[in-house]
Amino acid sequence: MNKASTAVDLAQQAAAGDNSTAAYDIERIRADFPILKQKVYGKPLVYLDNGASAQKPRQVLDAMNEAYETYYSNVHRGVHWTSQTSTEAFEESRKKVAAFLNAVSENEIIFTRGATEAINLVAASWGGANLNPGDEVILSHMEHHSNIVPWQILRQQKGIELKIVPIDDDGNFLFDEYQKMLSEKTKMVAVTHVSNALGTIVPVVDVIRLAHDKGALVLLDGCQAVPHMAVDVQALDADFYVFSGHKLYGPTAIGVLWGREDLLNAMPPYQSGGDMISSVTFEKTTFKKSPHRFEAGTPAITEAIGLGAAIDYVGAVGLGNISAHEQGVLQYASERLQAVEGLRIIGQAREKASIISFVIDGIHAHDLGTFVDRAGVAVRVGHHCAQPMMERYGIAATARASFGLYNTREEVDVLTDALNQAKEFFG
Amino acid sequence: MLDELRDLYQEVILDHGKSPRNFRTLENATCMAHGNNPICGDMLVVYLTLDDDGRLADVAFQGQGCAISVASASMMTEILKGKTRDEAKRLYKGFHDMCTKNGFDVSELGDFDEDAIDRLKMLSGVREFPIRVKCATLAWHTMQAAVDGEENISTE
Repeated sequence: MNKASTAVDLAQQAAAGDNSTAAYDIERIRADFPILKQKVYGKPLVYLDNGASAQKPRQVLDAMNEAYETYYSNVHRGVHWTSQTSTEAFEESRKKVAAFLNAVSENEIIFTRGATEAINLVAASWGGANLNPGDEVILSHMEHHSNIVPWQILRQQKGIELKIVPIDDDGNFLFDEYQKMLSEKTKMVAVTHVSNALGTIVPVVDVIRLAHDKGALVLLDGCQAVPHMAVDVQALDADFYVFSGHKLYGPTAIGVLWGREDLLNAMPPYQSGGDMISSVTFEKTTFKKSPHRFEAGTPAITEAIGLGAAIDYVGAVGLGNISAHEQGVLQYASERLQAVEGLRIIGQAREKASIISFVIDGIHAHDLGTFVDRAGVAVRVGHHCAQPMMERYGIAATARASFGLYNTREEVDVLTDALNQAKEFFG
Repeated sequence: MLDELRDLYQEVILDHGKSPRNFRTLENATCMAHGNNPICGDMLVVYLTLDDDGRLADVAFQGQGCAISVASASMMTEILKGKTRDEAKRLYKGFHDMCTKNGFDVSELGDFDEDAIDRLKMLSGVREFPIRVKCATLAWHTMQAAVDGEENISTE
């Protein structure tokens, strides 16, 4: 079922840095992604919107097709071969996710529809059961809306308080301010691991340590972290960790909630229905333990299998190699973009993942987006679902280039050339 | 590549985008409305002064947005000045159709001055850029809301 063998060969050759070296065989990696051969408006696609969603390697598409074409059925239900085979493949993916995050057990891995649903699950289930009026939840100023709104809804329901850790002009998480905010009232710290709009890597190890000193739990939004760096939830000593599959070169409609098993088994169900119960009578229903307690109804079976294949793929290339390659592209892109007259990079934190938000004097981000699109370049423009952060910088919209494992310096050149042309065009 | 982009960003549009006309508040406005496009963060306020005959004696706007939305708002203020409320609504409907329907027959708009029609045609170049249609129509939606007495509208 695992078709990641070409990537396994790659991993043996892969090494740090420059895509022009033979060590990280960028051409072989790019050949794994069919869409990268696509032309748009007659020009090669330069896909720099990986922060919104990443493209899929052949290995993921094959794994999903193979499931549909040879053994697909519902999971956890049938005595027949297809159901057993599907269940095995589905549960195998759970084990892959557990290993990917270095979880203690696969029982800690809950498949959700995405990171958004995973955060909503924790807010509604854990928050609903454990928070009382006056309790405090700490967020940061650079959260994605999906890690703001569920806590606001909880605030309405439970009368909790939200505290927001500020950031400095470069987009650094202000650790001292965070420290001052922590108190015995703090029950949860829910922060992003890597900012989707700024690229800032938050110092989560210290965030977690201090939160635990006060007896608070920590949820990390890892959507923008897992594609770029190895994550070890035990080493982090986190309590909850969420990410979405489609930003990790897997399919949409599948995401992951990791939580400590003792916490999960003490939490009430989030949704209810089939596959999450031990027994049902009209008098009383008892619930299964995690993960099944939180997976009511038929899950996204093929998508979970696709996510497993994506994890195999990323693992075979090696997150250390990916990170080194992307950091090289990031540094190159930062230098090239900064040389564009009137361009300002928004977010220059000390530690960044391969994400660059920028604005150009006198040209609205939307017009930039439309312009570079015609050069074949896909970038995100707008507020990146992080409006409070945009307000912090007093801007309505930025353009964002986010680089993945298949992006090259030559693609950065295409973007830079298009931006210089845009400067001339909009003058 | 540049040819297609010039179809959208014609000189007149770039000019209005950079130097919008009637870009001010109207202290004595009889109607106003806020328009925003939450997807991109564009925000406009449209002000109208209706005279006793139901004509738009003055039209102005403020706000921020991309070249298309600012140019569209700016050109709209010039097109609408002196038109009746009903004419304004008809132009809104006609412009919306021009931006979204292929093969729209301009004569359906009715009897308007050539200059107004030419400007609408220019703006309706966004039809080839579907994701930008909302940029071009935001000011017009907002104007319609102002005329109808709705204070806040949002295009998504």
